[in-house]
Amino acid sequence: MQKEYQTITEISGPLVYAEVDEPVGYDEIVEIETPDGDTRRGQVLESTSDYVAIQVFEGTEGIDRSSSVRFLGGTMQMKLTEDLLGRVLSGTGEPIDGGPEIEPDEERPIVGEAINPYSREYPEEFIQTGVSAIDGMNTLVRGQKLPIFSGSGLPHSDLALQIARQATVPEEEAGEDGDGSEFAVIFGAMGITQEEANEFMDDFERTGALERSVVFMNLADDPAVERTVTPRLALTTAEYLAFEKDYHVLVILTDMTNYCEALREIGAAREEVPGRRGYPGYMYTDLAQLYERAGRIEGEEGSVTQIPILTMPGDDDTHPIPDLTGYITEGQIYVDRDLNSQGIEPPIYVLPSLSRLMDDGIGEGLTRADHADVSDQMYAAYAEGEDLRDLVNIVGREALSERDNKYLDFADDFETAFVQQGFRTNRSIDETLDLGWELLSQLPKEELNRIDEELIEQNYVEEETEAIEAEE
Amino acid sequence: MSQARESDVREDGQIESVSGPVVTAIDLDAKMNDVVYVGHEGLMGEVIEIEGNITTIQVYEETSAVSPGEPVESTGAPLSVDLGPGMLDAIYDGVQRPLDVLEEKMGSAFLDRGVDAPGIDLEKTWEFNPEVTEGDDVSPNDVVGIVPETPSIDHKVMVPPDSEGGEVVDVNSGDYTVEDTVVELDSGEEIKMRQEWPVRSQRPADEKQTPDTPLVSGQRILDGLFPLAKGGTAAIPGPFGSGKTVTQHQLAKWADADIVVYVGCGERGNEMTEVIEDFPELEDPTTGNALMDRTCLIANTSNMPVAARESCVYTGITIAEYFRDMGYDVALMADSTSRWAEAMREISSRLEEMPGEEGYPAYLAARLSEFYERAGYFQNINGTEGSVSVIGAVSPPGGDFSEPVTQNTLRIVKTFWALDADLAERRHFPAINWNESYSLYRDQLDPWFEDNVAADWSEQRQWAIDTLDEEDELQEIVQLVGKDALPEDQQLTLEVARYLREAWLQQDAFHPTDTYCEPEKTYSLLGAIKSFNDEAFEALEAGVPVEEITAVDAIPQLNRVGVQDEWEDYVEELEDEIAEQIGELY
Ligand SMILES: Nc1ncnc2c1ncn2[C@@H]1O[C@H](COP(=O)(O)OP(=O)(O)OP(=O)(O)O)[C@@H](O)[C@H]1O
Ligand SMILES: [Mg+2]
Repeated sequence: MQKEYQTITEISGPLVYAEVDEPVGYDEIVEIETPDGDTRRGQVLESTSDYVAIQVFEGTEGIDRSSSVRFLGGTMQMKLTEDLLGRVLSGTGEPIDGGPEIEPDEERPIVGEAINPYSREYPEEFIQTGVSAIDGMNTLVRGQKLPIFSGSGLPHSDLALQIARQATVPEEEAGEDGDGSEFAVIFGAMGITQEEANEFMDDFERTGALERSVVFMNLADDPAVERTVTPRLALTTAEYLAFEKDYHVLVILTDMTNYCEALREIGAAREEVPGRRGYPGYMYTDLAQLYERAGRIEGEEGSVTQIPILTMPGDDDTHPIPDLTGYITEGQIYVDRDLNSQGIEPPIYVLPSLSRLMDDGIGEGLTRADHADVSDQMYAAYAEGEDLRDLVNIVGREALSERDNKYLDFADDFETAFVQQGFRTNRSIDETLDLGWELLSQLPKEELNRIDEELIEQNYVEEETEAIEAEE
Repeated sequence: MSQARESDVREDGQIESVSGPVVTAIDLDAKMNDVVYVGHEGLMGEVIEIEGNITTIQVYEETSAVSPGEPVESTGAPLSVDLGPGMLDAIYDGVQRPLDVLEEKMGSAFLDRGVDAPGIDLEKTWEFNPEVTEGDDVSPNDVVGIVPETPSIDHKVMVPPDSEGGEVVDVNSGDYTVEDTVVELDSGEEIKMRQEWPVRSQRPADEKQTPDTPLVSGQRILDGLFPLAKGGTAAIPGPFGSGKTVTQHQLAKWADADIVVYVGCGERGNEMTEVIEDFPELEDPTTGNALMDRTCLIANTSNMPVAARESCVYTGITIAEYFRDMGYDVALMADSTSRWAEAMREISSRLEEMPGEEGYPAYLAARLSEFYERAGYFQNINGTEGSVSVIGAVSPPGGDFSEPVTQNTLRIVKTFWALDADLAERRHFPAINWNESYSLYRDQLDPWFEDNVAADWSEQRQWAIDTLDEEDELQEIVQLVGKDALPEDQQLTLEVARYLREAWLQQDAFHPTDTYCEPEKTYSLLGAIKSFNDEAFEALEAGVPVEEITAVDAIPQLNRVGVQDEWEDYVEELEDEIAEQIGELY
């Protein structure tokens, strides 16, 4: 169905309307050729028997009424092969690394099908990221979607890179994993700056990570609408590598805020009734169609784990972008401005952070028998210390009881010794938990009411208490 | 869902336009809410608007590549569910297609489209044990026989509600499929184990009664402070990560309902998988059988088609009503009703309807109340009594309860469990805020607790409420001057309140023992804190300094009562020990 039309009636923002006399499929791919021979790709947003609305990925600049419109008779596909590993592609999936054309083994529609909930396997394999604030307090597991909630100018990229570099599944390190599933990273950049892009690429090249990665780059000066396809290309590739080629795939998507801005732009151009703060009412569904493409499938070796990154406008987590994301993902990691200015690396704010799949991914045989209790107790103690900080500002330390002072010290040490570790330090889960015990042992034993008594007897560090205090 | 037979398909129309889940067709002879098949692939949809020659359809499957000109067929019947043995232990999508059957038919872990499947297995045979004999007169909803469906549940085969009834002329006993006739009436009507019911209509019942029995949840804060009645309605609003789903799962696991219908509406796939993996291994505390034997799951996750999300709550409540008609107490959890409301909003905006508050359609409030109205403790038309309790999670944007879905829900439901981001952040779980939450059933349920648990149940609860209230006031002062500046008795009250919060209100859903707390244990643990309170104040009056009292070794063990299996002895010994140790101070 390669009929060509020169029937454009309206051009508005990223949208083009054209009259048709033959039926065109919803979501179908379109090519528009401008008078100067440029070809733009787009997608059918609405199809009726006499006109279609087309969303143009590469911008509508230069398109006019005499441009010709071709309907390619199919929906957008991603060309897939294992050889994609090591390649750098544009935000629309074209090679930009000067390498050879992609010779696909197969093509798949980029609007993935939903995983049948009945066919899923519950994620419970611990991924060691080497970051204490994550491994100890907000454990990541294979098949999880765990976003990073950050703000502009914060080092979320360093954290993402650290995770990509250090992530391992401990049992595999020990060579127990006989299935030979390998680890791959898919990196989907949406509207990031050239500088940020360089940072990622340099790190990938320096550490040799590029070989096991596929990079999709849509930069800040690339067309915004293109951003709506970039994560779909990335996730289609991830699913292929995970469920066809048995890879454990880690997908990093950055910056989801730019993706959502693109959605808003299209919605506005279509004159849709907007939802909260001008974002489309269907943004929840749209984001879910991306985030839910993480997971494990019964009987499959591979897995898709997602770490989407978003910068919260105004550091406000009730803004629709973080809010809707938090409602879909399985927890979130907060990168915090205050901790960052205190020089904590990575500046993860543990209290509002959460990994919902942690409970099933930790414990005896997975991480360590004391993990859940230690993490619970540290949360509680840190929260209590945090609370007291406000009070201290008013009444001063002397006015507080000895118990309260211990909690204040704990909160400080928790930040400067546990969360603080540097972007280049890789801590094993044992190191992380032992460090936790060291900190908890500053508190009197009776205060450790969330830890099993037997575990306290085994792990409580009797003398260390003074040693740490003396250090300060 | 119930399937159309070939012969039902009546008129042909043609697609006029496609925009996401909304398709319009011309020349289609269909009624409102009729099920239609759209396009060459026969995607299932439902008529939602008729204007002149144009029929608007919401499609329950993805519409990529569907184009104008493709055919549309109407079945002439509204969206209905199949009701009969085989629904327990099942997992359905939003239009009652069994997900295990879909996996098999599609040969893939991914959901393809254009595949249909009946809601219950049409070929499986069940043991039908008649309850009527030839010559008996039967009317609608009368039980004609029993099928032992699962170890927990006897499925009662009923005369369909829309039947005329009549005299039984033939009865078959033994193994039959759900499509075989098991009872025949003089009118010629053949009664089968399977019946259909349109999801958007309430199944008839005689009369709603005032509920007076609690739906015991095994959760201390719920049973103890904010109990739900069998046949009652509750809402759990809360920001993301505050514990809506965990609370819903806890209720699905431990509530003393006969049947649980769990509707995962527009939420996560992994959460449904968790239920599928966990429930078969968990024991129903009342019957000792596998929990799955009393559970029906409906999973229309956030990435599944939005129109089927809109219908999934109706599918769920219709199944719930069917079991209610058998005389069972059914509990339905809907997680999350906000996603259902958003599905309405999305469809409404594609229809270009006039938007109401925050873009929701003007009929949002009406739809919500129609839905919750289907809950209740009913006198059924067959003379039995049954109940449907509905617990809806609400996911307010930004955690702000002033938004339309929360507000409209609160206008209807009688129990409000307010989740609190602050508590969740401190890992105080369940993060139910005891100052904001309420249950309007409390008074009418007190007699039950007094008869079945302890005569001073309500008195003791009042003490807990008063202490927590007092703590709340004192905390404001502490924020300004610090705890040590308070008089000793107030310091002691704070300490007692801390144990109320940490030992009594907190409950770890993931601890094998603490996850379920019978009302007797809830009462006894509260009693232990109360007797600590009494001993402590006595000592204080006798001149013992507060630091000495609160430093008593045994007191922190109150925090360990929750995790004790043998709690009776533990509490008894602990109370003695606390009394003894405090007694030694003076
Ligand atoms: N009673 C509980 N005991 C222990 N942990 C709990 C409890 N309730 C909640 N949690 C913790 O809080 C996390 C989030 O809870 P949950 O998934 O129920 O949130 P939610 O309100 O449903 O969020 P969302 O709206 O995003 O679905 C859980 O993963 C668990 O770690
Ligand atoms: Mg939830």
